[in-house]
Amino acid sequence: METSELIEKLVLIVVLFAVTLGIAAYATYFERKVAAWFQDRIGPDRAGPFGILQPLADGGKLFFKEDFVPEAAEKWLFILGPGIAMFTALMTGSVIPWSTNLTLFGQDIALQVADVNIGILFIMGFLSIGVYGIMIGGWASNNKYSLFSAVRASSQMISYELAMGICVIVVVMMTGSLGLREIVDAQHGMNWNVFYQPVAFVVFFICALAETNRAPFDLPECESELIGGYHTEYGSMKMGFYLFAEYVSLFISSAVISTLFFGGYNFPGMDNFEGNTLAILGVVAMFTKTFIFVFIFMWIRWTLPRFRFDQLMHLGWKSLIPISLINLLITGLVIAFNEGWFK
Amino acid sequence: MSLELVATILGGLTIGSALMVVISKHPVRSVLFLVLTFFLISSNYILMNAQFLAIVNIIVYAGAIMVLFLFVLMLLNLSKDNEPKSPFYIKIAAVTAGGVLLTVLIAALKDGITVGATSTVDGSSEGLVQNLGHLLFTKYVLPFEISSVLFIAAMVGAVLLAKREKQLID
Repeated sequence: METSELIEKLVLIVVLFAVTLGIAAYATYFERKVAAWFQDRIGPDRAGPFGILQPLADGGKLFFKEDFVPEAAEKWLFILGPGIAMFTALMTGSVIPWSTNLTLFGQDIALQVADVNIGILFIMGFLSIGVYGIMIGGWASNNKYSLFSAVRASSQMISYELAMGICVIVVVMMTGSLGLREIVDAQHGMNWNVFYQPVAFVVFFICALAETNRAPFDLPECESELIGGYHTEYGSMKMGFYLFAEYVSLFISSAVISTLFFGGYNFPGMDNFEGNTLAILGVVAMFTKTFIFVFIFMWIRWTLPRFRFDQLMHLGWKSLIPISLINLLITGLVIAFNEGWFK
Repeated sequence: MSLELVATILGGLTIGSALMVVISKHPVRSVLFLVLTFFLISSNYILMNAQFLAIVNIIVYAGAIMVLFLFVLMLLNLSKDNEPKSPFYIKIAAVTAGGVLLTVLIAALKDGITVGATSTVDGSSEGLVQNLGHLLFTKYVLPFEISSVLFIAAMVGAVLLAKREKQLID
């Protein structure tokens, strides 16, 4: 690997890291503002104009709290838990293509950290590892409530991963590639997958809500039954990591939804532009779509009541999986028909 | 090339964490080391340019099966106090059986062909998902289909067991 390529990738990684964390921080602010808006309140408005310094104040507060480990906890696993949660949430951003190539200093720079040919499987893989952060943290706390909610969280995530995977298979069948850039390029010219696969989109979206532990699937952390969920025993920035990881995965899953079903960086009339203008407009399009989904996630959280656990399991296993399987079968038949297998 | 060095370090780490699975006193720690072992095996696959195999290994083993292991162990909450004491002769038998297995494996593999640490990293499309899929659905289609029938049999069996349990409760 050449030095220039190495520097290019390093810069890209640092920028992506900073942007993801910044967006996650401000997502907490917007969550509170959106909640205030829905409940006819003002929301945070003390720190800075319109309260825009609120995330910094929250972060500072978490850093200055006492960082302690409960006596009966497994010390190293207790520390490892939030780290894994944050790591897996951040890693998934690395395969998402943010825009077309940017030309800087005579170099063609791909706005994607790693264009691996198994891109979408990489995301699914890290999603399934994300369970460990919650399970290890919940178990190592040595607290019944934490363990209960860790078990709830992991069974929920495993159940919804199946339907989610089947929806991903449908998209892969439409494109014929596992690489995310190929999936985006195949949706060029308003051929967005959502128009061809509305059912897969709806199922994927519901599963994304469950995977990120957001309402109406926020049973792992329902404060009315489980005190605080798997992070009951956590304090200081370790708890901050868990809460933060949730917002990072909120942002990333919105980005994945826009990539898989809403054409990623494609936008109507993109053929009129080229070069760097196209790349920057692509980034704008991608982030607009992502932010719309972040808003919808918040909208749902402050509108819908929480599911009961048996309802959650029924929805996952008895509705979403059969629906997505039938969808898979129909897609397969249509593709086979188009390829002329029945002639 | 430094690739050989990477392969050696990865191999050492893999064996080390596999040993820790056996040595660890606490079952939950053993499972976590097993997860780490699967990760390291996956990175060995990536060195051999088998990306698909690597990620499937992570999704299936580390992401699904090991979570269920962890699930059961955490709910049982095993500790040293309530661990069943196994008699001495069982320990002897276990050590003998393990040693015999090790001998057989070494005897079987010592004449095996040593392939380089990495087949080729650049230019080769060996092990990529297209080629793998193509081989699975042409040359190896029969074993592939037979193993999928096997999986369905296991699934039907699991559903049947779960159903019978429920009837008994009623």
